Amino acid sequence: MAESSTLTGAIRDIVQRHGGMPTRLLQILRDVQDRLTWLSPETLERVAEEIGISPNKVRSVAEFYSFLYTAPRGRYDILFSDNITDRMLGNRQLLHYLCDRLRVGVGKTRADGLVTVGTTSCTGMCDQGPAALVNGYTLTRLDKSRLDCIANLIESRIPLTEWPREFFEVYSNIRRADILLGRHFADGSALRATQKRGPDAIMEEMVKSGLRGQGGAGFGSANKWLSCRNAYGDVKYVVCNADEGEPGTFKDRVLMQDFADLVFEGMTLCGRIIGARQGFVYLRGEYRYMLNALKATLQQRREAGLLGEAILGDPSFNFDIEIHLGAGAYVCGEESALIESLEGKHGVPRIRPPFPTTHGYLNKPTVVNNVETFATAAKIAVEGGDWFASRGTAYSKGTKLLSVSGDCERPGIYEYPFGVTVNRVLEDCGAHNAQGIQMAGPAGHTISAKQFHRLICFEDLATGGSFMVFDQSRDILDGIRNFAHFFVHESCGFCTPCRVGTSLMRDLVDKVHTGHGTLYDLEEMRKLGRIMQVSCHCGLGQTAPNPVLDSLQEFPEAYERRLRSTAYEPAFNLNQALEEARQLTGRHDPGAYLNDEDLLVGVMP
Amino acid sequence: MSEEHSFTLDGRRIPFQDGQTVMQAALEAGVYIPHLCFNPEFTPHGSCRVCLVKVNNRMQAACTTPAADGQTVQSETEEVRDIRRGILQMLFVEGNHVCPACEKSGACQLQAVAYYVGMLAPHFKHFYPRRPVDASHPEAVIDFNRCILCELCVRASRDVDGKNIFAVEGRGIQAHLVVNTPSGQLGATNFSIHDKAAQVCPTGSILTKHQGYNIPIGQRLYDRKPINIVGDVAQLSESLGGRRHD
Repeated sequence: MAESSTLTGAIRDIVQRHGGMPTRLLQILRDVQDRLTWLSPETLERVAEEIGISPNKVRSVAEFYSFLYTAPRGRYDILFSDNITDRMLGNRQLLHYLCDRLRVGVGKTRADGLVTVGTTSCTGMCDQGPAALVNGYTLTRLDKSRLDCIANLIESRIPLTEWPREFFEVYSNIRRADILLGRHFADGSALRATQKRGPDAIMEEMVKSGLRGQGGAGFGSANKWLSCRNAYGDVKYVVCNADEGEPGTFKDRVLMQDFADLVFEGMTLCGRIIGARQGFVYLRGEYRYMLNALKATLQQRREAGLLGEAILGDPSFNFDIEIHLGAGAYVCGEESALIESLEGKHGVPRIRPPFPTTHGYLNKPTVVNNVETFATAAKIAVEGGDWFASRGTAYSKGTKLLSVSGDCERPGIYEYPFGVTVNRVLEDCGAHNAQGIQMAGPAGHTISAKQFHRLICFEDLATGGSFMVFDQSRDILDGIRNFAHFFVHESCGFCTPCRVGTSLMRDLVDKVHTGHGTLYDLEEMRKLGRIMQVSCHCGLGQTAPNPVLDSLQEFPEAYERRLRSTAYEPAFNLNQALEEARQLTGRHDPGAYLNDEDLLVGVMP
Repeated sequence: MSEEHSFTLDGRRIPFQDGQTVMQAALEAGVYIPHLCFNPEFTPHGSCRVCLVKVNNRMQAACTTPAADGQTVQSETEEVRDIRRGILQMLFVEGNHVCPACEKSGACQLQAVAYYVGMLAPHFKHFYPRRPVDASHPEAVIDFNRCILCELCVRASRDVDGKNIFAVEGRGIQAHLVVNTPSGQLGATNFSIHDKAAQVCPTGSILTKHQGYNIPIGQRLYDRKPINIVGDVAQLSESLGGRRHD
């Protein structure tokens, strides 16, 4: 009784701290879970009661996000980042090493409830992996000695605040700076320029700049702003997409960590131009470690008159920014899913049209731009559109941040004018023996050396910034398999071809990878991939088959050398299917196996 | 007099009014585009993707694509049929759809659409998920094995019946239909077979008890005529064989 009233009290406090707003449901659930380690059915009922919404709405959110747990978790919750770059740095061995040390199974919670060890999608630390999260906080550069230390800290129940600081240190690794990262920016200068010249003049600079969405889709930023500016309605919103979930990209993390003022200034500028008073940063859950620092930066800006009421002393200029934290859902990088999530719902992409510029957050006109786009806009406001457009190519103006990782000597952030060749990037990062590149992440393109002369820009190789290098020692199919599993995990499940197709594709890739595939299966992959590309509801499903389709084209030998010579091989293993019967009957004589070869396979483990 | 809006669908001129989708305009003109999650009484959902058509050379869902003047829409082409068939096959392997043993056979929209797009076998590897059957309600049974996540029952219960009995939970391939009670049992709700939600299921997931074989298999709606002629079972009045799983 006493316990349940404490529970109610704790939940009530948290809900009240968030003003009881249903739009803050995801934030509320995160805070409640921080307090209770997991979200029991009873807890979810209480949250629903306190906010005054139906329990199934709360459950559907709790069930959707990877970092929300509806089953008990350990007090220490460790998730190894499982991107292919982490794997190339040996994360699987480390994962099993730690599990052995702590005597816990992968993905399991130890019986005493002390610790859970599992895996998660890319945490954006590809240049300093293998990485992991502990209770949501980033751990970098893991090795056995660090894990020994971590195992001891956990067994001794030492709180995270007393763990060695260097375990949590995140480097920026800026290797090449150009106009965005290289030139000094005085805080407030973009807003002062707007005050001096007027929003129309700055909008004109944006048009002249030719800036395109730096998240990768490349939609003209000025058009977006204009469309929202001209949209009907008094209430408008600015949303910064910092849900950098594409495996292999981490440039937004560096911008948020080192250049937050620039990003916030770009958002404020946008608010001024389109007539919005409220902005949101949707920060991916994996970047939680920087939340407090970002809040402090926002506070400093308010105190400096660059945010909040009467910005720069102008009583007609009011704009503030709130940070929402994601909870492990790649699909929320899609702008309409992100808006759903901001509204406190599960992140299923909306039907478009209408687009966010007319029907966005709470159905009001909304500009959603990537972190890099806002940062660049702030620079353009100061330096001018022509200055920006003097760099880059005919259809891709300015510069692009690349997140370089994988097999190279100097992984990190590289800023280049658009139009740089893949070869140049490889040279600069010290990748001497590259076999292939995963460009723009799993949703992008898999390219082999014969394409390294190509240009990085919207008219050739478009990218949001992920650049993962695979050298000659790697098996390309390991990467493709990793990506196929990634998409299964991240599909939202709304539309048929993505929900089912990603699983079918994973099974086909697994089948080939384990040496059971035939030419027939390769043809099946092509057909399935084609269906998904044209029929899925959103970009996630439409691009999910890309790594398979590209690599079939670019690296056919990676598949062919694993194929069986038969024309067809069943999808199930008959001998394996008999294993349960053998276990039950205790039979391990030759008669219990299909043939001699299987007998060998059967007794091996 | 303003000129009438129109687009072409497989060469045929289809008139439309502002705000209509390709699907709505086609239906009104009496042209069938196969669909499952779409039901003209509800806001388009766009999740099943069966109504895919090629609009000006780009595949789009007919149920969510606004009709526009001069659009060229292709529906009954080999290319479109191949993709629709693939999507139907995905739905069949995702759940456990055993038509010969299902009491909805012959009056099932999923089955009828599968026949319509020329699907003869599920083709893909079966998932064989383990899903329960809920017979706790005195008048109805829910067989989750046959659910295709069209959310028509979710929408009908929430928007028409005002009961909010159903929901979809979970992400990706884990997404599944749930009954909004602590026990998860339909018997614990105020669900009635007279609810709209009881009448919109395009598969055999939500069935009325005690009348499964009143009309013998072989004499049912889609046994007699294909779906493009008779339309959706949920749309037809009872006298014509709709609304009930005959």
